[in-house]
Amino acid sequence: METIQNKLEGPVTDELALVRAAKQGDDSAFEELVRRYDRNVFRIAQHITQNREDAEDVVQEAFLKAYGNLQKFQEQSKFYTWLVRIAVNEALMKLRRKKPERTVSLDEDIKTEDDSLPREIADWSPNPEQQYTQAELREILSKTIQGLPPGFRTVFVLRDVEGLSTEETAAALELSVPAVKSRLLRARLQLRERLGRYFQKRESGDGNQ
Amino acid sequence: MKCSEFLHELTNYLDGVIDEHTKVELENHLSWCHNCYVVCDTTKKTIEIYRDSQLYELPEDLRTRLRSAIMTKCQQHRKRGPESV
Repeated sequence: METIQNKLEGPVTDELALVRAAKQGDDSAFEELVRRYDRNVFRIAQHITQNREDAEDVVQEAFLKAYGNLQKFQEQSKFYTWLVRIAVNEALMKLRRKKPERTVSLDEDIKTEDDSLPREIADWSPNPEQQYTQAELREILSKTIQGLPPGFRTVFVLRDVEGLSTEETAAALELSVPAVKSRLLRARLQLRERLGRYFQKRESGDGNQ
Repeated sequence: MKCSEFLHELTNYLDGVIDEHTKVELENHLSWCHNCYVVCDTTKKTIEIYRDSQLYELPEDLRTRLRSAIMTKCQQHRKRGPESV
């Protein structure tokens, strides 16, 4: 079984050395941490907020908060996990400000088990993503994940896009491991079902769906 | 094994974190249940497509701009003292 690759670069032991140097006041060490994780934070933030300007703000605010609170970072978890927790909170706050009518929370109702039973079971074409241009595909993926509740897409992006472990995701989101697993299953199944609209095998002659 | 039981284990199965006994049961189920096979296969594809999509990559010019803004604000913060963030 193919395991999910971690998108982070560089050895983690380095990370601790950088964090300690930054705590001692070495700004170039902190800048190196920014350089190391800015792309990840941006991706996570845009997945949650679904808005590029908000994601830019979240990147700045998350690193600034990390900088300002560096002395409080206990070094019991990875700096990256701690940073992700800050970034997720900032991103959720942005969403709450924009959509006050909807409760935006990671503790959304867990529906009954039957709820996750797929309704749509048609198979996909082989290499379905190749039916579309890169730009079309990005549009489809973006629109599809946007339809998930924020709590689900946050778990999905941390686990499946960024490659955090279930335990790291739980720590970053302050959720239990079973809660992460449950949300991840639902997120994966919902995305699968929604993507099916674009990727299903088509009957001959039916070019439009 | 019923389809609902298969689904319950799907995430653990895809992540490769199940015991050998359950794995054999799941794969046995997959060998005859076409629907679960399709769900499993397309869910795996869903994950791969998102993982490989390069969705929301940070452009290099924006990246430089953001980093420079962050470091400037960090330096201002240091001058003002630790309570300002």
